[in-house]
Amino acid sequence: MPSKEDLYQLFEEKAGLVSAKVTSIASEDDALKYVINLCGEKEACQLLASGCEADLSDKAEALCDTKQKKVIAAPGLNEDLYKKLATQAKKAGFECIDKGMRDHLAGVDIGFTYAEYGIADTGTLMLDCPSEELRLATMLCEFHVCVLPKSKIKANTYAVEKMMLTRMKKTPDYLAFITGASRTADIERVLALGVHGPLELHILLLED
Amino acid sequence: MQKAHNLKEYREELHETLENDFLRTTLDNFAIAYRTGRANAFKDIDVRGLIQEIADSKDAAAQNADALFKEFKENAEAAGVHVHFAKDGDEANRIITKIAKDSDCKKIVKSKSMTAEETLLNHDLEDAGIEVTETDLGEWIIQMRHEGPSHMVMPAIHLSRYQVGDLFSEVTGTKQDTDIDKLVKVARRELRQKYVEADMGISGANFAIAETGGIGIVTNEGNARLVTTLPRVHVALMGIDKLLPNLRDALRILKVLPRNATGQQLTSYVTWITGNNECLAAEDGKKEIHYVVLDNGRSELIKDPLFSQVNRCVRCGACANVCPVYRLVGGHKMGHIYIGAIGLILTYFFHGKDKAKNLVQNCINCEACKDVCAGGIDLPRLIKEIHARIQDEDGHPLPSFLLGKVLKNRKLFHTLLRTAKWGQKPVAEKDGFIRHLPMIFSKEHKFRALPTIAETPFRDWWEENRPEVENPKYRVALFSGCVQDFVYPEQMQAAVDVFAANGVAMEFPEKQSCCGLPVQMMGETKASRDVAAQNLRAFEPDAYDYIVTLCASCAAHLKHNYPKLVMDKPSLKLRADAFSDKIIDYSSFVNDVLKVDAKDFTPSGGKATYHAPCHLCRGLDVHDAPRQLIEKSGMEYVECAEEEVCCGFGGTFSMKFPELSAELLKKKLDNVEATGADTLLTDCPGCIMQLRGGLKRRNSKVQVKHVAEVMSNSKK
Repeated sequence: MPSKEDLYQLFEEKAGLVSAKVTSIASEDDALKYVINLCGEKEACQLLASGCEADLSDKAEALCDTKQKKVIAAPGLNEDLYKKLATQAKKAGFECIDKGMRDHLAGVDIGFTYAEYGIADTGTLMLDCPSEELRLATMLCEFHVCVLPKSKIKANTYAVEKMMLTRMKKTPDYLAFITGASRTADIERVLALGVHGPLELHILLLED
Repeated sequence: MQKAHNLKEYREELHETLENDFLRTTLDNFAIAYRTGRANAFKDIDVRGLIQEIADSKDAAAQNADALFKEFKENAEAAGVHVHFAKDGDEANRIITKIAKDSDCKKIVKSKSMTAEETLLNHDLEDAGIEVTETDLGEWIIQMRHEGPSHMVMPAIHLSRYQVGDLFSEVTGTKQDTDIDKLVKVARRELRQKYVEADMGISGANFAIAETGGIGIVTNEGNARLVTTLPRVHVALMGIDKLLPNLRDALRILKVLPRNATGQQLTSYVTWITGNNECLAAEDGKKEIHYVVLDNGRSELIKDPLFSQVNRCVRCGACANVCPVYRLVGGHKMGHIYIGAIGLILTYFFHGKDKAKNLVQNCINCEACKDVCAGGIDLPRLIKEIHARIQDEDGHPLPSFLLGKVLKNRKLFHTLLRTAKWGQKPVAEKDGFIRHLPMIFSKEHKFRALPTIAETPFRDWWEENRPEVENPKYRVALFSGCVQDFVYPEQMQAAVDVFAANGVAMEFPEKQSCCGLPVQMMGETKASRDVAAQNLRAFEPDAYDYIVTLCASCAAHLKHNYPKLVMDKPSLKLRADAFSDKIIDYSSFVNDVLKVDAKDFTPSGGKATYHAPCHLCRGLDVHDAPRQLIEKSGMEYVECAEEEVCCGFGGTFSMKFPELSAELLKKKLDNVEATGADTLLTDCPGCIMQLRGGLKRRNSKVQVKHVAEVMSNSKK
């Protein structure tokens, strides 16, 4: 039986292997700070660095143009935490939303979520997201920042089977394993991140 | 896609593909990287045990398919999903088109589904005036190029960044860069618009879970999450082979699927959908979901005692990843819609005999696919069986028919071989090769020299020279196989020398004949069975401790296929089981049973590398014994790159596809020469024929020998 510490380490190692950025944090306040900082540091539209200057077809171009301001999407947080985030975001000059993702289909800067479980042997996050807003926030963001309480890290998928079944039986359900950023190797087998979903996945391991 | 009408046309297509340097380099790089990637991904995991568990669970699911479908349907419907059953591809396409019409959908986004490729769904939807956009990057690329996938997991692996750049320039109406990262972002932004406009999303499913009525989808790009979230209608198309009783079975497959497919521990996304989810684009806030469950011949397949194992396929594509022929010719020539070894089989069942008849001949029987299959499917055997079925239906080609006839009559066969010795006189060189190939060989066969028939076959030599061994430690029977009996008897003689020195009493049952693998390879099942029965009668298994053969292919065939070949004859079956238990290859016998010691050999100081015959390393799972013997016999062993990859002989394969055989041999010999070894050792006379013939044509100094010959020479 591996110790808890071993599990955390394994999780970090495996998540790192799929280019997730893992950071340990002591409190939820740290998480908020991390999100605000990250949002401030990132390019206005991360796609700039990798092709935004390239011309697209008119329709695709028009969709891109709808994105004007830096946006943090955080549906699914508890009320208190969301309020804190929204206040800090406002101060920093970012828009913060917890719904209305369909008005932001061109993308948001950051999706901020809480994972239900972590799976150590593959560095995977388990997110139950029957709410469409939450699902879209994790997919339409350029950076996905996800808090994972350390106590929720399990050894492997078999260890979360029961929890999955509980959720699946409370239909309708939409559950996800997320392992690293969205990726493809469809052109010449060269790895490229951020093909449809996030370009980066940041995991904040919360001491609890 | 298969368009060739006959083998000649198919070979012409192969020939063209061989000239595609980009494809060759890409697939070479992939084959090598994949091997390491897969090994790393399975580190510390009992792969064999896991594969066996998957095989068992999928077999059980196949047996219960009807009940599983019922349970799946009930649970899915209870959760607000509409479930449809389609008996064939046309019906599935009709159902989906109707769903689109009924719910007034005009634009569809699709995530990757091999099943939709199988039914050619896009064609029917487009004919109905609906716009369909593939959102998986590779699928989108080939959709716009009007091509089929060339790999089940990496559908556009045959294309270069330049081709993709040109294509994207056309699509966007602006010149695009060829930087891959930029191309990917262009696709991201173009496709995002398609998601926004779409009213229907179509996905496949990797798992259909009966206990929850839900599905699981495995993707890397995350497109399936958008396809199943943004549009107001979701249709998932899946074969009945995706049905599983419970989540546990799906999680188990998930441990192998990504590791086997791409060497990933897990894909970026696994999406589990159960019931009609929230959809804010729908009037009632609920997504309209339809599952279309496709039969298309699958239920017949799972009733077949031999072919039911096809149901275990999880579509990981690993059988293509390791196939040496796929690596040469790519997916468009190694499948119709489904690719690789499983593709050859599924083509026959899903798309018919005409599409499959040439393909199934293009298996070199190296067993690399069987070795990695996530469901432990005996792919090479099924491919041969289909070949045999097609020949039984369509008639047998003359050469294969004649060989079958000849082999059934041992005396006639052996007389022909003896007579060949006289026939070759005018063209035989002193070095043991034929000066120029007989007329029946076309110029494609020039890549290797062929050996002459030996002056004295082993069986005649044995009569005169059989050693008397007193107080033997072991009693063994020798099975020579035709090549060592009539072409390379010196290899058998070398083994006899080593055995006698180690207290092994030997018999050579003279009624033994060809093992029958060549006719089996040519789809002559009847002849193969007859020859097996003859050999089984020639040996009295209980009289020996072991039956030793120096030919890896004979050994694997005798051991694994004989019991299957006589399955319907109970009396012979028992004998075949006993016979099979006694079969051992030369290296395992000498190293693991006789346990020879290095002190009994004089070090020669030479450097030797090794070629692992397919039927030794995979057929018999023997890896260490021959390499240890090389060292024990006093040579320095230097490892060769891709030592366990096929040399391209494949028995009758090299006669049928000489251009492919030549390419495989070239790779092998390049690797061998790069080691700097002066000797190349192996455990199979067929491989020796191929390797020696090729090295002779290159004027190489490297000597090819059977491990037994080196041991006999350096024995003190």
